[in-house]
Amino acid sequence: MRWNKLLRSGGLQRFVTRIFRPVWSRSLLISAPTLLAAILLFAAAPDKHLSVYSTAANYSLPVVQRDRRDYVGLLEVLEPLGRVSAKFDGQRWRLRYNNRVEGDFFVGKTRVRVQGHDAELPARFLLENGRGLVPISALASLLPRFLGGPVTVHEDSDRLFIGSIATHFTASLAGDNPPKLVFHFTTPVNPSVSTEPGALRMTFSREPLVAPALPTLTFGSKVIPSATYAETNGGAAITVSSPVPLIASFSADGRTATISPTSPATAQTVVAPPTPPAPAGIAVPAGPSPISHRYFAVIDASHGGDDRGETLSPTLFEKDVTVALARSLRQELESRGITVLDLRDSDATFSLDQRAYLTNNNRVAVYIALHATASGHGVRIYTALMPYGGDDRGPFHSWTTSQQAFLTLSQSAAADIASEFQKRQIPVRALTAPLRPLNNITTAALAVEVAPQGSDLMQLTAPDYQQLVTSAVATAIAADRDRLGAPR
Amino acid sequence: MIPRHLLIGVAVLLIAVLGMSVYAWHMRGRVAAIPGQPAADTRALVPTFSGPTERATLFVAFDEDGSLRPRSAQIPLPTGRQQRAEELLSALLTIYLDKTSPHTLAPGADVRSVFLVDPGVAVIDLNSAFADGHRSGVLVEDLTITSLIHTLSANIPGVLKVKILVDGKERETLAGHADLTGFYDVTAVNQLSTQLQPVQ
Repeated sequence: MRWNKLLRSGGLQRFVTRIFRPVWSRSLLISAPTLLAAILLFAAAPDKHLSVYSTAANYSLPVVQRDRRDYVGLLEVLEPLGRVSAKFDGQRWRLRYNNRVEGDFFVGKTRVRVQGHDAELPARFLLENGRGLVPISALASLLPRFLGGPVTVHEDSDRLFIGSIATHFTASLAGDNPPKLVFHFTTPVNPSVSTEPGALRMTFSREPLVAPALPTLTFGSKVIPSATYAETNGGAAITVSSPVPLIASFSADGRTATISPTSPATAQTVVAPPTPPAPAGIAVPAGPSPISHRYFAVIDASHGGDDRGETLSPTLFEKDVTVALARSLRQELESRGITVLDLRDSDATFSLDQRAYLTNNNRVAVYIALHATASGHGVRIYTALMPYGGDDRGPFHSWTTSQQAFLTLSQSAAADIASEFQKRQIPVRALTAPLRPLNNITTAALAVEVAPQGSDLMQLTAPDYQQLVTSAVATAIAADRDRLGAPR
Repeated sequence: MIPRHLLIGVAVLLIAVLGMSVYAWHMRGRVAAIPGQPAADTRALVPTFSGPTERATLFVAFDEDGSLRPRSAQIPLPTGRQQRAEELLSALLTIYLDKTSPHTLAPGADVRSVFLVDPGVAVIDLNSAFADGHRSGVLVEDLTITSLIHTLSANIPGVLKVKILVDGKERETLAGHADLTGFYDVTAVNQLSTQLQPVQ
């Protein structure tokens, strides 16, 4: 009652005015909240977002934290990729993708059902204001069920790669005086460039750039000693260290970046990339051709995740070498005009059935699994050692002997690859092996096992040896292109 | 007042229950006394037969050149097919577990048993030390599998397909590569054995 009377009579206004009079009254009242808001704004951590890269579009989505986990709206992830709708009937949240795939999600539960098959989420499903939220760590296993293709999630940096979309790069030093560091990218890039004392940083917020075999590249130069790759909050960055100021320039096609020392006067110059960046959060076409294409080859970096494969040394596992080999092979094949689906470009876990399913579903011409070993020397090319029998029933073929009809084609491709290795004087053997998923693949399928040429195990991680091996495989596949790609 | 006939009935039932308990206890003791319980059978398959010896061909893996070489051996072999199969694989493992082994297996690696089931099925049951300690790699696992199966099929006629178990259970791979989920086709394995012959 007393407050009402005070307000009606204007007593409160008089009270406030009296307190702040005569010095700054009004200016302080306006500036204080503004200052407080500004402090809070700058002090707060940047909003987390998930960057999604696909052949259809690249986009970013807000990430929310629930139960100490990162969550993202599943419908929002799928929306730019196809027709998607969701309905909540009080018990389950039903998501429909492209009128083809249906998934049922149960609020507060970890169990989901997609196309009649049960799956487990690593954390419970949440529904907030009609938005179905799933943990980001669930996307690697969940999205392939909707999309029918592989996805790779970089959980630490909130980056999601749908299909074989990664942009790779190589870096090499050219020229002596002054030396220049030349980056070659597999697709056009458009990073923002900034300099700071001792470093030049290229930040890739929209490109699906992925790490080289080693995060730190050293060049043995005093002027440009090293470059480091890092990922954080939906983006990637390459930092080139140097004691002298550096400048970056880009080729017209956006595939090559040249880093070179600049004069002291221009040391702090920030060089703009060829085209201005598009606003964040807006979908932009990825790459020159938005049309989805048929892949000619599938590259499968064997093992991954908990499955380390052979322990090559206490710090080197087969699963890491196969990823590096896969990247190298992909570059070699793509440079010969062969389209490639790279099944595993991170430390993701794929079951053997998933690998076979993704290969068969994409109707590729050839499947190449990559293995690495410390035993023996050189390279071995394997085709499937078919198991006994099989249980074909009419038009339905047994899963265990799916490769049977393609075995001759596989053996012929293996022989051609072996011949290419012989030409390059690399020890090679062509054998059969009971190695899944070769027997489940419905196209030409082979596995390449790489051993060092001598006793030095570290040769397996050497880029030049990897390229020696992968270029031989790529040359043979390219030469066999017509036969492998012939309609069957 | 409880009727008398009810008291007698309850007493008879109690006596019957006690009697059955004593009988069950007695039978349990007799079953436990029977030797060779399957769960407790962890015997190593060292050559146990000491009868007349026969010449057999073992297919021995060599890691140095990734080859499989036939080796003739004089082994005491019983007449029963199943026992012969076990003795053959025991002899093969004796080579692999030797200090000078050309294809090292983990200490304690063993074949628990071999079952021959008509028509033409052989089941080789390895122990967990065999699989858990096996080196990983496509070729090294390929050599082990081929060596076991070709040695078996070359000396035991009529084997068409082979299943490999580990500790009596199906396992996905031997050591990350060689598939153990299906039946091996002996014809295909013998062809692989030919591929693995040392280059002259």
